[in-house]
Amino acid sequence: MGELRLMKGNEALAEASIRAGMDAYFGYPITPQSEVLEYLTREAYQRTGATILQAESEVASINMLYGAGGAGGRVMTSSSSPGISLMQEGISYIAGSQIPCLIVNVNRGGPGLGTIQPSQGDYFQSVKGGGHGDYRLIVLAPATVQEMADFVLDGFLLAEKYRNPVLILTDGALGQMMEKVELRDQVDRSVRPVPAWATVGKPDSRPANVLTSLFIQPEEMEQVNIALQKKYAEIEAAEVKYQTVHMEDADMVLVAYGLSARISRKAMELCRANGMKVGLIRPITLWPYPYQVIRDAAKQAKGFLTVEMNAGQMVEDVRLAVNGQRPVEHYGRMGGIIPTPEEIVSVLERMYASAS
Amino acid sequence: MQELDIIDEHEGLSLVCEKPDTLKDARMHYCPGCGHGVAHRIIMEAVAELGIQEKTIGVAPVGCSVFAYHYMNIDMQEAAHGRATAVATGIKRVLPDQYVFTYQGDGDLAAIGTAETIHTVNRGENIMIVFINNAIYGMTGGQMAPTTLFGQKTSTSPYGRAQEFNGYPLRITEMLAMLPGAFYVTRQAVNTPGNVRKAKKAILNGFKYQELKKGTSFIEIVSNCPTNWGLTPVKSNEWLVENMLPAYPLGDIKLPSKEDLIHA
Ligand SMILES: Cc1ncc(C[n+]2csc(CCOP(=O)(O)OP(=O)(O)O)c2C)c(N)n1
Repeated sequence: MGELRLMKGNEALAEASIRAGMDAYFGYPITPQSEVLEYLTREAYQRTGATILQAESEVASINMLYGAGGAGGRVMTSSSSPGISLMQEGISYIAGSQIPCLIVNVNRGGPGLGTIQPSQGDYFQSVKGGGHGDYRLIVLAPATVQEMADFVLDGFLLAEKYRNPVLILTDGALGQMMEKVELRDQVDRSVRPVPAWATVGKPDSRPANVLTSLFIQPEEMEQVNIALQKKYAEIEAAEVKYQTVHMEDADMVLVAYGLSARISRKAMELCRANGMKVGLIRPITLWPYPYQVIRDAAKQAKGFLTVEMNAGQMVEDVRLAVNGQRPVEHYGRMGGIIPTPEEIVSVLERMYASAS
Repeated sequence: MQELDIIDEHEGLSLVCEKPDTLKDARMHYCPGCGHGVAHRIIMEAVAELGIQEKTIGVAPVGCSVFAYHYMNIDMQEAAHGRATAVATGIKRVLPDQYVFTYQGDGDLAAIGTAETIHTVNRGENIMIVFINNAIYGMTGGQMAPTTLFGQKTSTSPYGRAQEFNGYPLRITEMLAMLPGAFYVTRQAVNTPGNVRKAKKAILNGFKYQELKKGTSFIEIVSNCPTNWGLTPVKSNEWLVENMLPAYPLGDIKLPSKEDLIHA
């Protein structure tokens, strides 16, 4: 059993990054995630010698991440929605140059400067692109403070396995809430081997390593894209993660991730107490998306309801999976408002009524 | 430079100049007379002479020199437009004992990348920044740059740069020299053999000073763009002397003191 602590989500994530043997972190303050930078500047260098640098902007942070990840480091940045928007060009370059790194978005309400309250309004940006070009991020969606911590090392390992940026998409509520968390042991920074592709200085024994996303000849650029798509297909085949609750007999299915999944679970319990057979599918990887489990559920369920803290974004992926076989509805609150279990129950009651 | 050597196969001929193995066997794509090729060469000669190929990482910009890594035989990263010094910061923070440099044009360094440039120098990152000032956007076909001179015609200042529309030519090198993080700041050129030698000396300093870990070395190289200036290579160098050098005078702007040069 690892060390147990009561921690805020943001601090658990920061602590986990130190323990994961992170070499460098670059970030710029923004609510509701400034605790990550604050915690790391207080703790990291002193304990492991990791570089923690407050950059002049998120544009600088993401490009520092590019350099440091390209130099073989295990590296992370974090921000919240407006800052993540600023990073999109850099994220596209990182994906194109295939540099492993971890990016954390503690989502707040938008558009624009929006609100500092929690939101899931950045789903499209996270899983459908965000920056330019055909690229994918591996997107992990924690629902507990425990997962805020666990997904850090998991994310680093996925990033390094596939030479791909990984995004932890969480929200202001998970970042700020306190829960019990079991921390993993310290990873020794010095034991990780230098990746063969990293730019660390060219010895006589190998040709120069170059990290670039520029392939000016269209034929070559197409081949690079084909190779990227092949990698993405491998990730889709191997890395889909989700959780199901009460799906064995469910005739109505809630689909929700992160904080919305916790609220949906409560709504499901209220329904079950009243004899309604509601189940829950919680995508843990938002890309690759768990289409298959939803497709399978459509064989027996009467309908699907996605609950999101946005105007209806993930619902499009659920509709893709269900492919018109069953009704798929969305319930969402926006602008930093969190849906209540009772609101969800009343939508489900209406759906039951129209299904029978 | 390689030592003077007699090549056996060509009896009677002596080798006076050789491509260092820090330059790849690739034909450069630069226009005839362009300063980029000479600047690449002196940086790579410096790497060869210092014997630091194994310890050097370069960052290429977006601009005409975007393919610097096709020519420089060292590990390199290609940065987004303007972000080279942020990328170099990331590299240096992970590999503090390696030699790290950026190579950037005036649009890259002094327009889109101004914030990164200033903050990198202000942090005193132990890197070398090589700034190629040709007073124009070469790669995109000759648009106005922050360093474009008053009256200079470009495709986006077709009547000549005018203060009321376009502001002043930016002397960013002087500006950066005011920052305490700047350790060594100099302005050089590669328009004559003598200036090439001086510029190379500055590059050698920029590498060696990194060992002291006392701040940023910033080396501006005033250069030309025959194609987009619409001049022959020879005329472009004349134009450089007549117009660029009065606005961007050559010489050292900030030199380390004697105490500065002592290893900490
Ligand atoms: C974000 C972004 N904006 C614009 C461009 C287009 N662009 C490419 S190079 C360049 C200017 C290059 O000029 P400079 O830095 O002076 O270098 P030179 O080509 O003259 O050597 C521009 C505007 C780009 N690649 N990326």
